[in-house]
Amino acid sequence: METRVPRWIFVPAALGAAFVLLPLVAIVARVDWGSFGSLITSESSREAFVLSLQTSGASTLLCVVVGVPMAVVLARTEFRGQGVVRSLVLLPLVLPPVVGGLALLYTFGRRGLLGESLDALGVQVAFSTVAVVLAQTFVALPFLVISIEGALRTAGERYEVVAASLGARPTTVFRRITLPMVLPGLVSGAVLAFARSLGEFGATITFAGSLQGVTRTLPLEIYLQRETDPDAAVALALVLVVVAVLVIGLARQSRTAL
Amino acid sequence: MRIPFVTALVVLSLALAGCGSDDDGDGGGGGDGPATLTVYAAASLTKTFEQLGEAFEAEHDGVEVELSFGGSSDLVAQIQEGAPADVFASADLANMEKLTAEGLEGQDPQEFATNTLQIAVAPDNPLGIESLADVVGKGVNLVTCAPEVPCGAAAQKAAEAAGLELTPVSEEQSVTDVLAKVTSGEADAGLVYVTDVIGSDGAVLGVDFAESSAAVNTYPITTVADSDETDLAEEFVELVLSEEGQAILREAGFAPA
Repeated sequence: METRVPRWIFVPAALGAAFVLLPLVAIVARVDWGSFGSLITSESSREAFVLSLQTSGASTLLCVVVGVPMAVVLARTEFRGQGVVRSLVLLPLVLPPVVGGLALLYTFGRRGLLGESLDALGVQVAFSTVAVVLAQTFVALPFLVISIEGALRTAGERYEVVAASLGARPTTVFRRITLPMVLPGLVSGAVLAFARSLGEFGATITFAGSLQGVTRTLPLEIYLQRETDPDAAVALALVLVVVAVLVIGLARQSRTAL
Repeated sequence: MRIPFVTALVVLSLALAGCGSDDDGDGGGGGDGPATLTVYAAASLTKTFEQLGEAFEAEHDGVEVELSFGGSSDLVAQIQEGAPADVFASADLANMEKLTAEGLEGQDPQEFATNTLQIAVAPDNPLGIESLADVVGKGVNLVTCAPEVPCGAAAQKAAEAAGLELTPVSEEQSVTDVLAKVTSGEADAGLVYVTDVIGSDGAVLGVDFAESSAAVNTYPITTVADSDETDLAEEFVELVLSEEGQAILREAGFAPA
């Protein structure tokens, strides 16, 4: 039998859904369809779109490379102060992105903690595409870590223990058991990270600046276009929404396929 | 348990609905009792308009001046969407024209101040920047406003007058963002307004350059058509244009219109 939910619960649920969906409908209603094509294919729009996809992709990759090990350490080991470490790692979730941007500036900026050493090496992070990727990774990483850590805890350690008792070395267990087991969690975590990167604004504009083709991602372009051409801003906003919906939709499909 | 929860929901939704109508009721109250004058002003006017607001409150018993600062285009967009502004002061003529194009002005806009660009550099000017030509080219991290915003349009005009092409490492959204990039040391030079340099209290040094005269920014002010406090709004505009108001603006570095 289907689980029964109390009937009244549909009322707040519907209200909540309307609260989320209505603004999207409002955006669609504002789109100037006559010039939609030309608005979203202007050179600045295209460059912003491509830059957004590239940087979000790079950020997601970076998140996976460091985030999976982080999640494994948090879920499968125990050490003093682990709770504190977990809270700190998840901090960017609640930190206003602008504050994150400032923190990155004070770290990688010219006068930042690492900035001087980087400067000596001839590396300048600020105002570069690398800065965009760093900003996006900073805000997106917790989404991936949480998602995979949750998957690891739900999966439990049974199979890993069995594999180890059969003589598999830790790396083999990680590669053959742990990773395949949390793959669905990894996919949804990566999708969340990609979506969060795609929408990143505050940390990017604070830390990376805004220059067409270099650091001006789609959200920054939307914010700028609004100054002179609100129609273009609305059109681009719709593009961003569609990409986000596609990404989430694709991820759902691939997850059910797994 | 069930009934109280449903009741709570009903109460909550009623409260929310109440919020909506409350706003409308508030604005229509003009006349007797305490009045609120809402002034929308460009972000670059923050310090001066705070002073002007205080001066206005001192002269008008029971009147409260509420100030909302932001990018001029943001403010126009908000007014166009029905924000309850009584007075609007823009950082450039273009954004004021957006307002008048829709007939949202209560009176003809009046120009009340001008502002010119300076090159903001670190206080000790380590690169020895003395002209606009010095900030163009390799080795100097120049930051400007994007051409889409007033300070960026002014920067472009100045560069054209100098026959130079600016090569900024970043085109920021607002002049305060440009200033922040210079004060934080990320940028070597930034094109900002004279008033921003004065307002930074020594955090940056302002370098004058000849071509800035080609890009003088004019600040217009007007009352808003839908204002419930038309009289007060007009008096506020008068204050800004008065000797007292102009003195406050001069002190911050604004030039007469």
